[in-house]
Amino acid sequence: MPLSGQLSRRQRARIFRGAQYGVLVVAVAVFALVADWHQLRTAFFDVEIAKAMFPDIITTALVNTVLYTLLGFGFGLALGLVLALMRLSSVPPYRWIAITYIEFFRGIPALLVFIALGFGVPLAFEVALDMNITVMLSLGLVGAAYMAETIRAGIQAVPKGQMEAARSLGMSHGRAMVSIVIPQAFRIVLPPLTNELILLTKDSSLVYLLGLSLTQVELANFGRDALNEHKSLTPILVAGLLYLVITVPLGQLVRRLEARTAKAR
Amino acid sequence: MKPEQDGKAIDVQGLHKSFGALEVLRGIDFSVARGEVVCVIGPSGSGKSTLLRCVNLLEEPSAGRVTVAGTEVTDPDVDIDRVRRRIGMVFQAFNLFPHLTALENLTIAQRRVLGRGRAEAERTARAHLERVGLGDKAAAYPAQLSGGQQQRVAIARALSMDPELMLFDEPTSALDPELVGDVLAVMRSLARDGMTMLVVTHEMSFAREVADRVVFMDGGVIVEEGTPEQVVGAPRHERTRAFLARVLDPAAAEVGEADEVP
Repeated sequence: MPLSGQLSRRQRARIFRGAQYGVLVVAVAVFALVADWHQLRTAFFDVEIAKAMFPDIITTALVNTVLYTLLGFGFGLALGLVLALMRLSSVPPYRWIAITYIEFFRGIPALLVFIALGFGVPLAFEVALDMNITVMLSLGLVGAAYMAETIRAGIQAVPKGQMEAARSLGMSHGRAMVSIVIPQAFRIVLPPLTNELILLTKDSSLVYLLGLSLTQVELANFGRDALNEHKSLTPILVAGLLYLVITVPLGQLVRRLEARTAKAR
Repeated sequence: MKPEQDGKAIDVQGLHKSFGALEVLRGIDFSVARGEVVCVIGPSGSGKSTLLRCVNLLEEPSAGRVTVAGTEVTDPDVDIDRVRRRIGMVFQAFNLFPHLTALENLTIAQRRVLGRGRAEAERTARAHLERVGLGDKAAAYPAQLSGGQQQRVAIARALSMDPELMLFDEPTSALDPELVGDVLAVMRSLARDGMTMLVVTHEMSFAREVADRVVFMDGGVIVEEGTPEQVVGAPRHERTRAFLARVLDPAAAEVGEADEVP
């Protein structure tokens, strides 16, 4: 075999890539041989247990996961947009409020917010918030902090000439923002916002902290309850797959939207 | 608000503009009569674009008065959005709205600012697209148009607001040479129709042919102004002559020559 110095750049690249594939194949083979397949099958792939989970896991759990996520995302997006505009405002107090808010809610775990809203608010104001409202606020308050920064970056990425052109046509600053700048900003931040939506989908599992009735349970907790009931890990696998059923099409949808708006950029 | 001033479309008095320590405009007195076409020429950094942008207050003047069609735009209480409706502006970089079609670029301000209905706005828009030779491009997005087409849509967009005067900020500087002609043709026809125009440009042939008056700026002041024959044809000042020599025959310049001019 010739020395590496005598190989062409292309030959070396091919050998290197071949080595990578080799390592991957060996790793998979070792795992497959070492794993106890019988154990795995009984723990994760028990068809009877999986069957028993349907249709409730769809009609209740999946639906609730989607509902909680959309509530949190909708509220978070609206609040995030307001925060982003405040963050970019020429009025200093608006900026300070926005920055403080963002730093605070970005910095604490969503779990704490759930507890604070679920138990703190009823104690403080002697009102029991509706379950859906609590979820919307908890997920939204945290999501808004992230989305505010994303949207701000998007607004700043719109060329300055767009605002100037809009103002030159007699639009007010607010009108130009609404009609010209923000629509373009959202096209720019569509991918990171989808990321945020996917993160919220998974964070929605935190609702268990609030104590759930049978009709309020969502995917992760439905899976966990079934796990306890059947003493099998199969429900976890089913629940995990159903999360993918939600999130994978989202990614695809965004790629489609991006392709469609590419010509309008 | 002051009453109309003897038919002046633009009146600028003692205009100063600084960006931090950099003084870009150092006392400009200047006016444009109704129906007049004025071209502003001068080397880059001479302040000509800043002067133009002070007219519709895209830049806030540091000192001085700017009056447009009888309304003082430098008055702190002026409703600037109202004044800007009457001033069309065309940018070097076109600045079309990329998320809207050509037609929507023309209708959005008509509808949102002037409150025109959809049918009327579209009728006006189509007429102006037709006028700039792009009647068949109504449904196209800016990214699907050439630079020259985009700039003509931008002119049509400004015209759709029925402005009393038009500002052009180096409208052909970002265009490939073979696309310049179409844009200049549109501007020429506008001038012929009596539009008041203030044009910052490097197109000397356009200035010579279309302008009623040419203003030469350098170093933040107006060095000389007069008819195109005077300023472009027989400049009195050395700075004007040096500038014109470089613009009209760029290949003849020596390295560093542009920096030495007083």
